[in-house]
Amino acid sequence: MTEPPPVRVLGVRHHGPGSARAVVRALDAYRPECVLVEGPADADPLVGWVGNAALVPPVAILAWDAAEPARSAFWPLASFSPEWQALTWASTNGVPARFIDLPTTLSLAPEPEPEAPEETAEAADPQGTENPQGTADPEPEEPPAPPPRTDPVAQLARAAGYDDPEAWWEDAVELRTDGDPFDALTEAMAELRAGTGEDDPETLRREAHMRQQLRAAVKSGYARIAVVCGAWHAPALTGRLPAASADTRLLARPRKTTTELTWVPWTHSRLAFASGYGAGVASPGWYAHLFTTTDAPIARWFTGVAGVLREHDLPVSTAHVIESVRLAEALAALRGRPFPGLSEVSEAAWSVMCDGNPVTLDLVTRGAVVGESLGEVPEGVPTVPLDTDLRARARTLRLRFSAEQKQVSLDLRKPPDLAKSQLFRQLAILGVGWGTPDAARSTGTFKEVWNLEWQPEFAVSLIDASRHGNTVPSAASAALLEHIGTLPAITAAVEQALLAGLDDALSPLLVTLDARAAHEADVTALLCAVPPLARAQRYGDVRGTDTERLAGVARAVLERACAGLAPACSGLGDDAAADLRRAIDEVAAVVGLLDTELGELWARTLAECADRRNVPGTIAGRLVRLLLDGARLDREEAATRLSRVLSQATQPDQQAAWVDGFLSGNPLLLIHDRRVLEILDEWVGGIGDEVFTDVLPSLRRTFGAWPRAARRQFADEVARLGTAVPGRAAASEDFGDTGGLLDVVALILHGEARDDR
Amino acid sequence: MTDIAAETALLRPHAEQLYADELAALARVDDRTRPANWLLSPWAVVTYLLGGTLPDGTAITPKYIGSRRLIEIAVATIATDRALLLLGVPGTAKSWVSEHLAAAISGDSTLVVQGTAGTAEESVRYGWNYAQLLAHGPSFDAVVPSPVMVGMRRGAVVRVEELTRIPSDVQDALITVLSEKTLPVPELGSEVQAHAGFNLIATANDRDRGVNDLSSALRRRFNTVVLPLPDSADDEVAIVTRRVSDLGASLQLPTPDHAHDEIRRVVTIFRELRGGQTLDGRTAVKSPSGTLSTAEAISVVTQGLSLATHFGDGLLRAQDVAGGIVGAVVKDPVSDQVVWNEYLEAVVRERADWKDFYRAAREVSR
Repeated sequence: MTEPPPVRVLGVRHHGPGSARAVVRALDAYRPECVLVEGPADADPLVGWVGNAALVPPVAILAWDAAEPARSAFWPLASFSPEWQALTWASTNGVPARFIDLPTTLSLAPEPEPEAPEETAEAADPQGTENPQGTADPEPEEPPAPPPRTDPVAQLARAAGYDDPEAWWEDAVELRTDGDPFDALTEAMAELRAGTGEDDPETLRREAHMRQQLRAAVKSGYARIAVVCGAWHAPALTGRLPAASADTRLLARPRKTTTELTWVPWTHSRLAFASGYGAGVASPGWYAHLFTTTDAPIARWFTGVAGVLREHDLPVSTAHVIESVRLAEALAALRGRPFPGLSEVSEAAWSVMCDGNPVTLDLVTRGAVVGESLGEVPEGVPTVPLDTDLRARARTLRLRFSAEQKQVSLDLRKPPDLAKSQLFRQLAILGVGWGTPDAARSTGTFKEVWNLEWQPEFAVSLIDASRHGNTVPSAASAALLEHIGTLPAITAAVEQALLAGLDDALSPLLVTLDARAAHEADVTALLCAVPPLARAQRYGDVRGTDTERLAGVARAVLERACAGLAPACSGLGDDAAADLRRAIDEVAAVVGLLDTELGELWARTLAECADRRNVPGTIAGRLVRLLLDGARLDREEAATRLSRVLSQATQPDQQAAWVDGFLSGNPLLLIHDRRVLEILDEWVGGIGDEVFTDVLPSLRRTFGAWPRAARRQFADEVARLGTAVPGRAAASEDFGDTGGLLDVVALILHGEARDDR
Repeated sequence: MTDIAAETALLRPHAEQLYADELAALARVDDRTRPANWLLSPWAVVTYLLGGTLPDGTAITPKYIGSRRLIEIAVATIATDRALLLLGVPGTAKSWVSEHLAAAISGDSTLVVQGTAGTAEESVRYGWNYAQLLAHGPSFDAVVPSPVMVGMRRGAVVRVEELTRIPSDVQDALITVLSEKTLPVPELGSEVQAHAGFNLIATANDRDRGVNDLSSALRRRFNTVVLPLPDSADDEVAIVTRRVSDLGASLQLPTPDHAHDEIRRVVTIFRELRGGQTLDGRTAVKSPSGTLSTAEAISVVTQGLSLATHFGDGLLRAQDVAGGIVGAVVKDPVSDQVVWNEYLEAVVRERADWKDFYRAAREVSR
């Protein structure tokens, strides 16, 4: 045997199980003294963690810009990634391993072109161009603006007589269990590169950097060096390296940024194409299976698929498994493939196990082909303090970070459950949507249902959020305080702070709110601020927050609004009037939650406004209605006002707006008021044909919003107009002897009988 | 071989008669392994169904326009001696595919059990020739074999049409045949064992699911292939055009070369009503109760062609297809009529180049 070459380049496909297996074999045979792996060069300190039993793939190297953590990039590694296998091999054999790609300080540096930072990260992604799936457009509906570079693997596949490059690569590389394909592959790639050339400046720079690192490794005196990189780059690193000066020039761009790196857990579904990760693989579960299973992989695969289906209570027998294996093998033979691939096993499962049902097949795809495995990262991996704090809190609350969706039901009366609810809300403020409240939760105030699902990219959100603070509550408080602007935004923040138990944030928020309310000239905005505050002070009893100050602020805001309401009602445009009317309605709905004194003020203010002239019809009508409902105005008075508005002097469109404001909402009170009905009837009967057409749409809108039953009842009443009211007068309500009834009610409400009898 | 004169006189020749030349050409060039008793290799069967050009230049017409993978699954299923169940809404070429599969594999598509509510066990197993039975006593001579029994003896593919229409107890007679590959004849203390090459292709309609749903014991013996409605309007137009000209040839109608626009219109209407929205996705329409399958589109065009030839000027025009379309859409005289009128007014009337069709349709709709 001849002396082994000083450098061996192993060109692989990222996340290819066959490549991974071949890499291990090649390393065992070659026994290098140093392993160089495609990956950010400044991630070298992270290599030391490989071999730690608690670092379980799938994991990813996460790099972020220290100044702007949202600018970040991932380098995912699964157990079947050749890079991961090379790193593991190096760690088991006590051989140094290094990353050789452009360091993140360069790849994450902002580009001078107006390019989105995410795209920069994508371009720097090592799964890049040589991956046949990476070159495919992940979102086919997007128009492919730049002409896609010819897929090198597709060319090789065509040369071998395959239509589907994926199938060719699987047959030629991934499904093989023996042999060393690397030299042949490098040659083939070299041919392709000679044909098409490589002119992407980013790729050229990356390759220059890899060569530099390779030169450095040679210089340090290692006798045998193995390089594991994407097959497309292999020719650039093979053979005699060109003079270093050209590469130095290429890399001489000084723009750098400061970055930090760490390991984060990753998931199989995140590796998959469907998640939008451009350079992923479609079937991580299938690849992991191919990599880990050497004995009867197809039979074992179908056994696993049967397991997935049985978990969903679908009856799948051993006979099904046998027939699936036979069909997959027959299909492979029919298509002239040496071994069933993913399409054969999927189609066999569809036809035999799923009875041709695509929904069932989807279960198989999610459960087996993609898989839901979540990696783990050991304690002590460099990370931000916020992350550590979150982990500690989750441990205390016995919450596990799981990629599977899980539902938890919380009883807020129990302190641990309350703490969980607050943690989820604090995280939501920080943009980490670990828990989402279930929409169909119960109506009670003390029970909450949350759906939990941990997604790997939350790691980025956490790092981004860590600039706000080092613990979850402090960061959430700071984040809340940062985003306050308009008055409604502040009140919304107050509500959030209360729900999330952020007492630290509450005081400054209330102070700001008070100050902002004092300067706020817009009455509508003031009114809009009241409902959340009024609702919020109600949470006190369950959540144990101090509501007194809150009630104080709510009171102050409402008082200010009341002071400005009357003048604000005049001279409004249609849209502004509609906004104000909505705000008035909302406040009217919650004013009962505040103290009675305030209720009195509110009613007085409304009455005052209703007496003014120049109030837009829609608001005026609404005011009269609110006063009527609140028994501040008797029916006679309301009828008089209605009649006045509907008299000749007012414009018909104003009349219709008034009627709309008056009639919308719960119609029961009106239906039984014959006076009001008569006046309305008279008005409708009295307006001319032309005017009628003008006001018809708005009337129709008003009545259309009523419930069907109410409309019918109303129509019945209208039909009966003009006839004597049968029995209505005779059956006038008899409140003579209700004392006993009131006693019972009082007993229920106060626990004692009335004492004022 | 039947002579040409006799063949053209047939109203509908069997697939193996109509495409005898193609089958022979395929058998000539086919050098791949053939399963026992198969006339062609699985690869050649797939080529026969999907069309292509052979190395010797013979053009094979496509019989099925659609996914290659589905046909591959179907052929591979039969090659593994599992029974094949073709599912789909009416008019998705299930019987068509099964006939051509049988013709290509066994050279005989005539071993058919037509499933109906009245299908008796005799059509699945065997019956008795009572004259023989009385005269000579029980023997195989007195047995009247079903297509299934014939197929088992010969090692040929047997077709069962509309499997779910067959009563459940009769369906279950197939279980022994499929699992043991044998048909016991207890009266004679004997049995008929299947020869290599025997298999079953069943078709079932998944609109009528629940008529006589398969027992899970029987279901387990089938691999299922669901034949979809055509993916794209272009595919469907191609299918209709091809089938109409095939049918037209046997009915001595002219080839519909000039009728492309009219066919496209029929397909458009069918797809829009079936999908519940216009092809541009702008307008929602109601769907009628019928399935509006491709097969119905084919018959609408054929009927229109016949009208045009015999009563019109020979060119397929809007008024020739309008009647057929209304008949296909309005299956339920009350609710479908509403659907159709709404479609006419909301969609057809708005299309500037559809004026002729709108007028014709209004005429026959009233």
